[in-house]
Amino acid sequence: MRSVRLAHPADFDGWRDAARALDAAEVPPEEVVWRVGDEAADLFAGEAPPGARPQGGERRVPRRFVELARLLVCHRDEERFARAYGLLRRLRDEPHLLAVASDPDVARAAQMEREVRRAMHKMKAFVRFRQVTPMPGDEAETFVAWFEPEHHIVDEVAPFFARRFASMRWSILTPLRSAHWDGRTLSIAGGAGRDDAPADDRLEEVWRTYFSAIFNPARLKVRAMRSEMPRKYWHNLPEARAIGPLIRSASDRTQRMIPDPSTRNEPEREPRNEETAMEERASLEGLQECRRCPLYRDATQAVGGEGPGQARIMMVGEQPGDQEDLAGRPFVGPAGRLLDRALIDAGVARESVYVTNAVKHFKFFVRGKRRIHQKPDHSEIEQCRWWLDIERELIRPELIVALGASAAFSLMRRTVTIKSVRGHIMDGPDGASLLVTVHPSYLLRLPDEAAKASEYRRFVDDLRLAA
Amino acid sequence: MARLDLIDKLAVLADAAKYDASCASSGTTRRHALSGAGAKGEGRQARMPGALGSTEGSGICHAYAPDGRCISLLKILLTNYCMFDCVYCINRKSSNVRRARFTPGEVVRLTLDFYKRNYIEGLFLSSGIIRSPDYTMEQIVEVARSLRCDHDFRGYIHLKTIPEASPDLLDRAGRYADRLSINIELPSTASLARLAPEKDMVGIRRAMGGLRARIDERRGERRSRAKPPAFAPAGQSTQMIVGADGEPDTTILRLSDDLYSGYRLRRVYYSAFSPIPDADTRLPPRPPPLVREHRLYQADWLLRFYGFDIDEVAAATTAGMLDLEADPKQVWALRHRHHFPVDLNRGPREMLLRVPGLGVKTVDRVVRARRWRRLRLADLARLTRGAQRAMPFIETDDWHPGNALDGLGLTRPVRQLDLFEAA
Repeated sequence: MRSVRLAHPADFDGWRDAARALDAAEVPPEEVVWRVGDEAADLFAGEAPPGARPQGGERRVPRRFVELARLLVCHRDEERFARAYGLLRRLRDEPHLLAVASDPDVARAAQMEREVRRAMHKMKAFVRFRQVTPMPGDEAETFVAWFEPEHHIVDEVAPFFARRFASMRWSILTPLRSAHWDGRTLSIAGGAGRDDAPADDRLEEVWRTYFSAIFNPARLKVRAMRSEMPRKYWHNLPEARAIGPLIRSASDRTQRMIPDPSTRNEPEREPRNEETAMEERASLEGLQECRRCPLYRDATQAVGGEGPGQARIMMVGEQPGDQEDLAGRPFVGPAGRLLDRALIDAGVARESVYVTNAVKHFKFFVRGKRRIHQKPDHSEIEQCRWWLDIERELIRPELIVALGASAAFSLMRRTVTIKSVRGHIMDGPDGASLLVTVHPSYLLRLPDEAAKASEYRRFVDDLRLAA
Repeated sequence: MARLDLIDKLAVLADAAKYDASCASSGTTRRHALSGAGAKGEGRQARMPGALGSTEGSGICHAYAPDGRCISLLKILLTNYCMFDCVYCINRKSSNVRRARFTPGEVVRLTLDFYKRNYIEGLFLSSGIIRSPDYTMEQIVEVARSLRCDHDFRGYIHLKTIPEASPDLLDRAGRYADRLSINIELPSTASLARLAPEKDMVGIRRAMGGLRARIDERRGERRSRAKPPAFAPAGQSTQMIVGADGEPDTTILRLSDDLYSGYRLRRVYYSAFSPIPDADTRLPPRPPPLVREHRLYQADWLLRFYGFDIDEVAAATTAGMLDLEADPKQVWALRHRHHFPVDLNRGPREMLLRVPGLGVKTVDRVVRARRWRRLRLADLARLTRGAQRAMPFIETDDWHPGNALDGLGLTRPVRQLDLFEAA
């Protein structure tokens, strides 16, 4: 039997040194007794091997194991050091052991690790500082907290408080270990008593007021509260004192909130009238309230056209895309950038062009977290022609360029294939000329670079007819 | 009596804020008070000795109220005076509640006092709308600016954003805040028109779209340049009130799906309409059961973490409503029995995720462990408390459900493990 004495209840460094030496000497776990002593004089009592590093290089263990062991030794379980050493020994023959979460040893260790993590988390949450008068000559605000952790976690959690409360002086006192921060260095010392911390703080009454006011008596869920804020922590939480009265008065307070059904009456306000836009011809006013088809429901906003009122050319695309829908402006996404480039290459002045779409709301379906463009159907295009007609009336362009089949359908009032009509000037509606070509997003979708380049040239050639 | 005044105001303005469900303080950049520069640049000396606060990934719930809700942030209104008259809101113009108003300086002081005592992770500031949307937003932004710039506060800040406020103010809000949120309030345009006549869906969606565009933009710059100013690193969220109108669950969930994809929201909070003092008679006489809210969250989780699409979730509803007695995953599984049992050792991850009783963490552990060892039923029992519930839907070398699945009723009440994680 070998006996190892560790310096304090969560002495990970001491455990690691001893475990290294024992492992190098191939000592089986059942032959080691781990002890935690106040007198840390001799690290290795009895016949434990010396703490020197073993020869022949260090044994490598998975990083995950070091992380696990560090928290394992914080657990209050008496067997924690032995369990950690047992796992270390098993890892020698089973290097993937930690991946097998269903193994009984691994499962138990994982359970202990979870309990330690939870206790650490609760300590970060439930420590309550109370202000004390600072030392003479020291201007920094000084705070002290009394806390009773569930496991041996003070050493592990203290750096969190140092990072967060760097500008204060503070101490966290617990029965076995205490942490102190002087504004520069963190030190850990022995335990303290409850009376070493102040008994009150001027903000606690304010805090209880907040705690009581933020509680909604209409949704009492005491069990949910207790599972997250277990009773064992309550005696050190200043707000806990308010819990009893809040629970007892909840039902009365809720009863008073429910209106008497006998005095109920029907809504006076009606939903907005859908037909108000009918009155206003030749103005895009009312576009945002458009309910002519169901597409308004999922879209962010209606996207009207953009360009000079005296534009010579009107370009009509299909519908706004993801980015147009967010920005509220047509052709600002990838297809719009391609169109801009093509207009330059074709020698068409961008300022002479009004751009808009056959359909003013974005139609899409959701795949995962993306909105995928969906072609509008004929009835939607027909309903939205109302707005395109208004735009034509406002702008009175000489030439209308239909980009893609949806725009061509809207302007020609019949289904056409692009192939059969593209590339020549035709008679359009209300005396304007009409030119049909592809939609720039068609070019973006072509998979093959060579096809992309040749289709782009054809697109530019079509646009040259407009120049 | 100045202190008493403050306590009075706090009671009024915290009470007025409690109908906002969100209290999350997670998902922002990691930062702390020992590092050199402040979390947010602009108008601050490089190494102020007075830095306070940190955010380290997961949020912390510092207390729980008896309603089971986490208290992570100081959640208050700047004022509960309001020009709007939203029927479901306790602060509406026509309500008789007591009114109060904090100065920005008072909110800053209170936040710092609470933070230094480790009561909170930071501030969630909202406000009734007074004078004008811009005026109100300006005051909200001033609180955040003062915390960040005058006090080098590095804790968490969530600002409620007023959709009608000017883009410049939204820009500034995003510079100081970790998270911004705009409440969508109600699931349909018609309900909004009826119950919140001054709000409009297009305005809300436009503002959300604007926030997403700004957040995306900074993300893009982040990759290319050294240190651009962050914009709301914890993203945006929203809240929807459930049960104040007649809209079914499918309408609510379709809207959520739309909001997640359209505006990259981090969270949609569902808040069961809660009776309020001095309630308007247009509201339903009683609140929806709280379990409805719970089922909506479960369905929301299926959409975001379990690979269900919206039509599949809709397939777990009856007449548009989720089953109050059983969780939606269970309902879906029982309606699609032909997909089960799933082989625990060979089934694809996507199918394991559809097994009732198995959560994402458990499934990942199963997938990892089975690379090294064949799993038996006892192995699963060591991995999750949901093993019992999963049994009719899985098979292993030593277990086959036989016709157990056929015997399961469609609406058998099944206890579901809590899906919620701490904020």
